[in-house]
Amino acid sequence: MLGALLDWLLSFQVYLPIAELSVSVLLLLGLGGGVGFLSGLFGVGGGFLMTPLLIFIGVPPAVAVATQSNQTVATSVSGVLAHWSRDNVDFKMGFVLLSGGVFGAMVGIALFSILRHFGQIDLVINIAYVIMLGSIGIMMLVESAQALRRVRRAQGRALAPRKLHQHVWVHGLPLKMRFKKSRLYISAVMPIALGFGVGILSALLGVGGAFMLVPAMIYFLGMPTVVVIGTSLFQIIFVAAVTTILQSVENRTVDVMLAFVLTIGSVVGAQFGGRVGARLPGEQLRFLLALLILTVAAGLCYELVATPEDLYAIYTLPGLR
Amino acid sequence: MGAHAAWRVAFGFAVAAACAGSFGVGPLDAGPALAKGIIADVDDHLVEITTDFSGQDILVFGAIDTSGDVVLVMRGPLGQVQVHHKARFAGIWVNAETVAFAAVPALYGVASSRNLFEILPPEMLDRYELGVGRVRFLPVDGEMPGSGPFKSALVQQKKKHGLYADRVGRVTFIGSTLFRANLHLPSNVPTGTYLIDVYLVRDGRVVDAQNMPLIISKVGFGADIYKYAHANSIVSRLSYGIVAVMVALLTGWLAHLAFRRR
Repeated sequence: MLGALLDWLLSFQVYLPIAELSVSVLLLLGLGGGVGFLSGLFGVGGGFLMTPLLIFIGVPPAVAVATQSNQTVATSVSGVLAHWSRDNVDFKMGFVLLSGGVFGAMVGIALFSILRHFGQIDLVINIAYVIMLGSIGIMMLVESAQALRRVRRAQGRALAPRKLHQHVWVHGLPLKMRFKKSRLYISAVMPIALGFGVGILSALLGVGGAFMLVPAMIYFLGMPTVVVIGTSLFQIIFVAAVTTILQSVENRTVDVMLAFVLTIGSVVGAQFGGRVGARLPGEQLRFLLALLILTVAAGLCYELVATPEDLYAIYTLPGLR
Repeated sequence: MGAHAAWRVAFGFAVAAACAGSFGVGPLDAGPALAKGIIADVDDHLVEITTDFSGQDILVFGAIDTSGDVVLVMRGPLGQVQVHHKARFAGIWVNAETVAFAAVPALYGVASSRNLFEILPPEMLDRYELGVGRVRFLPVDGEMPGSGPFKSALVQQKKKHGLYADRVGRVTFIGSTLFRANLHLPSNVPTGTYLIDVYLVRDGRVVDAQNMPLIISKVGFGADIYKYAHANSIVSRLSYGIVAVMVALLTGWLAHLAFRRR
């Protein structure tokens, strides 16, 4: 009975014009909702989860990556608006990050086209994912485990006041700027470089890059955690928008239909995720996110190393139909 | 839906019967009486892929002059396909060698009234490219040694995706001269111009053949999106990207409004 109902619901198909396949609407909404829930829970975009999942259900990797950028725009907008209403966005820092990010995105798109031409795009996407997710995951795991231990030890007594942030040599580079909201007076070179790096990743992997940007902003730039998420989301909107436009022009791989259906699912999921997340302590959340990231990394790593089911891969050249 | 399909089948048979009738009339054709041993048609020469497309059957019907077997071959548009062979490099599987094939049919399907091997000898199957393993296409750079495994890998992958099949339908006879077959098009059917070849086989030989075109094209919203995204002019693709971003901005903003109230 329930099975028949599920079959009936799954029978609603939507034809994705750019991916060129038809998929169950319910499946896409479920994917969007599930990933949206996790992204709301952890405050990251969730692109790093969505892209592999889309590839898994048969969307060509190039389309999955480009479409993911488009969806990232939508989810980041609703995220930023929520953070803005609580005045937790450092716009000045956002624009500085952005100036590097836009150039990074351009470089990333050019790389994407070149790699696609040589038939190595899937490999590069996979390796880059494993390296990034692996290193970020381990860093977060270690940090959050330490924080969890500290919290347990510190229970019952007040925490000693800490320095706002540690000064390292990069903060002393030229082009010093004052970021009032972040309570920082540091060289703009660092955030520009950070934005540039994340911009490349964003274009290459279709991720917003929040899962990378957020820890970097906290640990390298020394920004207060409250403004970090809103600010990173703010700059991601622009980088993802530029990436979407460049992907459309260069690779013709943005599927608006797919992006739209995924967005509907993810914005709803993100609301519920956000509510659950608000009730969990930060260290615990970061610990869980680290585990999730490492799981994805391990899965992708296995795919790279394990003997593939099929030793051949075929690729139909576009435009010759 | 069912009634509609039934009507189409009935219509198909009416046309087929009329065709069969015309064999008797004969004199309309100036040639010898057996010049046209087979005549066939598709119920609809245009298959439209709409936003809710999830595969479709097309009906091929026709008539033959006297008894015999009928083989149908459906070929999708020809295109270039790259086949990558993966090899382990520093512990990681990478695309090592690549062979590109020219004029590969995007889709290939056969339907026959009996098992192909029962009605035609292997050399004839080869000549008419009947059967998934017999489809002919060559590497772009000309015939080269060692391209064999790449070719069979291409065919295997196409089979796996449901695009190459030895039995996309079955040709059934009604009486000894009228035949019909439902050919299945999968949900991931490539768009373009298809050709359906119809062969009349008797005593291990192809005695007559006919072909007919079939257009598979996207229509409606999905087609508009595809055309827009794949436009030749950069300005048009740029505006596609901008529209995609605007849609995303709007959806994100609406989502924020919808959830802020609660």
